[in-house]
Amino acid sequence: MWIETTIAMRFLRQGRAQTLLILTGIAVGVSVIVFVVALISGLQANVIERTLGTQSHVRIEAPEEVNLIAPAPPGTLQLLLEDRRAQALRPIVNWQQIRDVLDRLPGVTAVSPVVSGPAFGRRGDAVQSVAIVGMDLPRYLRVIPLDEKMVDGRLDIGSGNAVVGRQLARELGLRTGGKLRLDGGDGRTAIVNVAGIFELGVRDLDSRYVYVDLKQAQSLLDLPGGVTVIDVTVADLFGADRIAARIHGLTGLKAESWMETNAQLMNALSSQSMSTNMISFFVAMSVALGIASVLAVSVTQRTREIGILRAMGTRRRQMLMVFLVQGAVLGIAGSLIGALAGWGLIGIFNTFGPKLFYIPMPPGLVPASMLLVTIAGVISASVPASRAARLDPVEAIRHA
Amino acid sequence: MPDPREVLRLEGLRKSYNIGKPNEVEVLHGIDLRVESSDFAALVGPSGSGKSTLLNQIGLLDSPTAGELYLLGQPTREMDDEARTAMRGRHIGFVFQFHHLIGAFTALENVLMPYMVAHGKPDRETLDRARGLLADVGLEKLGDRKPDELSGGQQQRVAIARALVTRPALLLADEPTGNLDTKTAAEVFGLFRRFNAEFGCAVLLVTHDPRLAETCDRTITLVDGRIESVK
Repeated sequence: MWIETTIAMRFLRQGRAQTLLILTGIAVGVSVIVFVVALISGLQANVIERTLGTQSHVRIEAPEEVNLIAPAPPGTLQLLLEDRRAQALRPIVNWQQIRDVLDRLPGVTAVSPVVSGPAFGRRGDAVQSVAIVGMDLPRYLRVIPLDEKMVDGRLDIGSGNAVVGRQLARELGLRTGGKLRLDGGDGRTAIVNVAGIFELGVRDLDSRYVYVDLKQAQSLLDLPGGVTVIDVTVADLFGADRIAARIHGLTGLKAESWMETNAQLMNALSSQSMSTNMISFFVAMSVALGIASVLAVSVTQRTREIGILRAMGTRRRQMLMVFLVQGAVLGIAGSLIGALAGWGLIGIFNTFGPKLFYIPMPPGLVPASMLLVTIAGVISASVPASRAARLDPVEAIRHA
Repeated sequence: MPDPREVLRLEGLRKSYNIGKPNEVEVLHGIDLRVESSDFAALVGPSGSGKSTLLNQIGLLDSPTAGELYLLGQPTREMDDEARTAMRGRHIGFVFQFHHLIGAFTALENVLMPYMVAHGKPDRETLDRARGLLADVGLEKLGDRKPDELSGGQQQRVAIARALVTRPALLLADEPTGNLDTKTAAEVFGLFRRFNAEFGCAVLLVTHDPRLAETCDRTITLVDGRIESVK
């Protein structure tokens, strides 16, 4: 391979202007790929992070209550007018066992049983409808990092304490250390101590959520010992739907992944990914065509030299390699320059751009784009290379 | 038992083009020829007589349609491109009318090229041999120059050194002096003579120039694809 590489490098160096032009072309193409991919994946990561900052990946609930229709006797025509049943707060049966099963399920990283239901929050004359969320704090924190969202006081839900959303605190004039009366209906009331105030950044949640202890919520919502929801976090974000289906199959419970809950978002994300892939593909293709045409010109220009090399004992395979190596070298060098330029563009965007979000550099992107373009370079070099290898030395030497 | 002095033997060698097409044409009509290691022969003949075609067959750049070509006792007609290329690289040196150096390499690297494509990076001994050959052709100081920094005669002398670096058994030259002035042509011709005597490599040169042919030991005259005379 030494002589093939040597000849290839000399040919590239001799055709300096052509080489520089095509290198620039490759570099521009690769920097576009790197920048666009990083931009879109950064954007997506940002959107997903904002969405899932306040949501679990999979939400498990008891199956809905349905009407059981008595079968009509044979020979009768049955006309049926059915009203959906009212869906009362239903506890998940045997949730402790289910929690233990989920804990061991591969791909699941956190499991948090929650009891949640509607109530009124009162202070003085003011009344607000609230959502009571009773949870086991250490488990809940692994699903939603509530500790990072605290804006006042501390995160403490034990012994009659509660944390409330910032918006709700404002509406009811609550401060850390204040008292809040919670009314679950049917005379189930409790007075809790506001230990802290959080801000999730979603107005609806900040104006309604009241986090309390699991037991406290159970007694307020009249679900002694029960939970209504099990929140699950998974390792592979985009595999959440598969895990949800698995959980549904295992337990018979209703399991909904974040992808179903946010179907529109998913749609937008996958369209974005598709257009990114298409841009990358077409840019890589035009880079490949550029390499192919430059090498095709080079084969024509060097026809006589190729003939001479063949006459001096250069094998067809060696001739093929000379041009494949040129394709590979152009691909590697051009994509390296391009990847660095793309990296620079990202840096510029992060420093001087609109600063709405930060684009992280996906770690595999530079090697992946270099690999893509180098392979494209070798493949596109194969056409002119095989032409060079097939040249008849007699004809080639005679070539003017 | 092959004669150890025999370098090349042609037996009933024929070459046709456009085989199986209406314009099929036979250029060489059964050539018999023998070349020995000490030979210094000229191949002459009017244009269109098939000199170049014959030279391409002998140089293993092309394969005959019928007959057989023995190089160092080995039959070559049935060889595939790979074997033919290896044989060509090892045993045959070419000098063309136009020097045909590789422009991206220096004079010394051009001399080394036949060795390098066969064996890779040259060792010290080969480097010394290549420098020696450049000195023999009077260019020991110009080894680092690129071909476009050399005159026509200098380039042709580099090409001769290149043809000899693998110590070939047979040196083929196609109008080697056709592009040179008389003085330079005489120098180049002298070099062929010298290498024929020193290395014992057979020299076969195609020429138009009757004066040049006269100074060779043998003159092979080709007319209409047949050998008319061998003197």
